[in-house]
Amino acid sequence: MFKVLFFGQLADMLDCRNLSMPASSAANVYDLLDILRERDPKWSKALNTEQLMMAVNHTLVTPEHPIVDGDEVAIFPPVTGG
Amino acid sequence: MAHIAVQTADFDVHLLYQSLVEANTADGAVVTFVGRVREFNQGQQIADMFLEHYPGMTEKALHELAQQAQKQFTINRVSIVHRVGHLRLSDQIVFVGVTSAHRQDAFAACMWLMDELKSRAPFWKKESTTQGTRWVSA
Repeated sequence: MFKVLFFGQLADMLDCRNLSMPASSAANVYDLLDILRERDPKWSKALNTEQLMMAVNHTLVTPEHPIVDGDEVAIFPPVTGG
Repeated sequence: MAHIAVQTADFDVHLLYQSLVEANTADGAVVTFVGRVREFNQGQQIADMFLEHYPGMTEKALHELAQQAQKQFTINRVSIVHRVGHLRLSDQIVFVGVTSAHRQDAFAACMWLMDELKSRAPFWKKESTTQGTRWVSA
């Protein structure tokens, strides 16, 4: 299994802050986004943007980054701190 | 050395300055920056805001930024404090302090740290305005 976390406006749009997925369901973050978009029109719309950042185990990554069992994946809108 | 904190509580700039200069006779320059909640943003009057973050990743990201700055610039001490949770108008949001032998590196590193923090550290601002709440866009 791996965890998926959502933050900021994206979490509000999805009405979801975290979920768990079987380790075999996605080889990388790109695959994961494809699978999540297929859940329903709301997810498809919220995740159908290039304005997303992603992290695996607390490090920013690109969509090609692999996902393995036990990972913590996070998907979020561009950050606005400072 | 770097001091990193992510906290709901306000911070005392004088105490943070003291920790940058205490027992530090090598550095002739101290540059500090404080970011605050301002009255108008993107054309709307701000009442207050909520700052969300990604616990665990936030601290790691700030530590990495401090380390990177210490490699990239000729600086010594770095201090970064960022608040989260509910903040009101005029509240302090973020503190960045850098010490160096000379001012050029201290200014450059402080500027670089704020720019990188704003584009890489996982914080998200949600503002309450006179027209309702909205997530701030980057």
